Amino acid sequence: MPEKQENLQNSTNTSRRSFFNKLWIFLGFVAFAEFISVVGAFLLPRKRRIKTSNFGPIIEAGPVEKFPLDSVTAFIRGKFYLSRLEDGGFLALSRKCTHLGCTIPWISKEKNFACPCHSSAFDIRGEVISPPAPRALDIYHVFIENNIIKVDTGKKIKRTEFRSGQVTYPKKKNDRITG
Amino acid sequence: MKPQKRQSSGISKCFHRIFQSIFPDPLIPKSEQERKRYLLKNLILHFRPATVPEKTLKFSLTWGLGGMAASLIILQFGTGLLLKFVYKPIPVAAYTSIQVLQNEVMFGQLIRNIHHWCANFLVLIVFLHMLRVFFTGAFHPPRQFNWIVGLGLFGLVLTANFTGYLLPYDQLAYWAVTVSTGVLEYIPGIGVLLQEMVRGGSDIGPATLSIFFAIHTAMVPFGLIILMSFHFWRTRKAGGLVIPRAPQEEIKEKPIRVPTLPNLLVREIVTAIVLLAFILVFAMVFNAPLESKANPGLSPNPTKAPWYFSGIQEMLMHFHPFFSLFIIPILMMIALLCLPYIDYESNTSGVWFGSFKGRKMALVAAITATIATPAGILADEYMIDLAAWMQGVPPSISNGLIPFMIILVGIIGFYVLIKRKYSATNNEAIQTLFVLFLVSFIILTVTGVWFRGIGMKFVLPF
Repeated sequence: MPEKQENLQNSTNTSRRSFFNKLWIFLGFVAFAEFISVVGAFLLPRKRRIKTSNFGPIIEAGPVEKFPLDSVTAFIRGKFYLSRLEDGGFLALSRKCTHLGCTIPWISKEKNFACPCHSSAFDIRGEVISPPAPRALDIYHVFIENNIIKVDTGKKIKRTEFRSGQVTYPKKKNDRITG
Repeated sequence: MKPQKRQSSGISKCFHRIFQSIFPDPLIPKSEQERKRYLLKNLILHFRPATVPEKTLKFSLTWGLGGMAASLIILQFGTGLLLKFVYKPIPVAAYTSIQVLQNEVMFGQLIRNIHHWCANFLVLIVFLHMLRVFFTGAFHPPRQFNWIVGLGLFGLVLTANFTGYLLPYDQLAYWAVTVSTGVLEYIPGIGVLLQEMVRGGSDIGPATLSIFFAIHTAMVPFGLIILMSFHFWRTRKAGGLVIPRAPQEEIKEKPIRVPTLPNLLVREIVTAIVLLAFILVFAMVFNAPLESKANPGLSPNPTKAPWYFSGIQEMLMHFHPFFSLFIIPILMMIALLCLPYIDYESNTSGVWFGSFKGRKMALVAAITATIATPAGILADEYMIDLAAWMQGVPPSISNGLIPFMIILVGIIGFYVLIKRKYSATNNEAIQTLFVLFLVSFIILTVTGVWFRGIGMKFVLPF
């Protein structure tokens, strides 16, 4: 029976058949795309929830006077260094090397950050003094409230090089800075 | 008495019936015909062909490398399954569970040692197997696609090694994985997303460990079983291995074939047993390394990538990361994938190094690389500082594009020169280039492993 019909209505039948074939192939692609997108969405990194611990993203570093000029203080909990420049300005530097993410120690004797992994070096401002690191250390926003230094570790700011606008200065009332 | 006797004979008949159902054929084949049938009827041996070309049994064709790789993978499955009973894949417990394994579990240290050393030997042996296949021209038709499958297997072995590297969660593991996944950031566009996907967050942590554990203990073994079966099946469909021949010999249409049992099987078993004995002794003498517990606040000095990545790490010391970690590895991978599909002038399958001229040119390339690569490394270390000479130019150009182009021009120059000088065929010229890259890569790896000390400064290993 079907064979006979095929012979009789050959042209309409083949066009219908090819249409259905194309439809099946199309549906197959749709199913495949769905499969891939489900797997992809499953594996995508999730958005991090805001930490609800006692230590929020804002860390109080301490009063301005606590930090001598031209010095670097490590904050282990916040994973950053607070460096005070010679002119009294503050910078909060990420402790992650911009090359491949090793933790960099501050070498106080040589006045630089030296990465143990691939010997990149950064100065007190986080500026690259020795490659292979391609850009300056990431920074966090520093603000001063009632003479207390606070660092917002919630958001990392990427930068290519040091610019004076990145530095936070305390108000001029501190006599140690005027000189 | 009589009923008792009947009963016992009933039981033995029952056992006989059960035995017959499991092993319907004689356990030890007696005739040639039975042997061939035996291979087909036995599930494990069903993987093997009934007969193999006689000449491919020669040890100096394969060096037993493919068989060794397969044996090591089986050994990894076995030891890995055992380790899974003790290991805990969460950061707070992982390191302690390794200590428990080594100190309290009977033979725990030995099993871990075997698993560790096997994994390292596996990378080496799979790599040597690849070289053997290349240099005997075993990637020519009809084996082209099996080269690709083999590359996939190599990729899986590297993935297994790399994901396994993190699991002990000691300082070595933590920082090697930090550095190696730090690489992904330099892939343009999707790099950061890819890195977060692999790490399960912005840093190495609990998510990373569970992702690596899943890849190491489920995805890789599954992939290995599938790809290995495919690899063996393609080898059989190609009529067995390439048949070794002298450069001037023609390819024989109908080679003499001999039964697999016992000719091939006995050889395979002997290779596997000798290898197993070697691994056992090695694992008894040398312990797998375990450093102090991972500390995200302290990078040890020096922090090195695993040795199989140390060639790439060494390139990192000389090029901008975008080139050393992205452009160059991608180009190498594409070159390896395209290798069997280049339009070759002749089918050199079975001839070591293709021809007499091919051997001579390979030697020239090897010597060139042995001189040029260390010279380049030393020059860059002590004399050349492109970034400092070109102030104001972004480092991706001064330290990336410019040295890359210089080396590219050098390689193209070498290729054109040697092809013209020896009036070589495509086969020989491409093999020469392959040797040049191979020897350079080996030298880079050796430099990274033995000649880099504290602060990744250049040191002598002795």
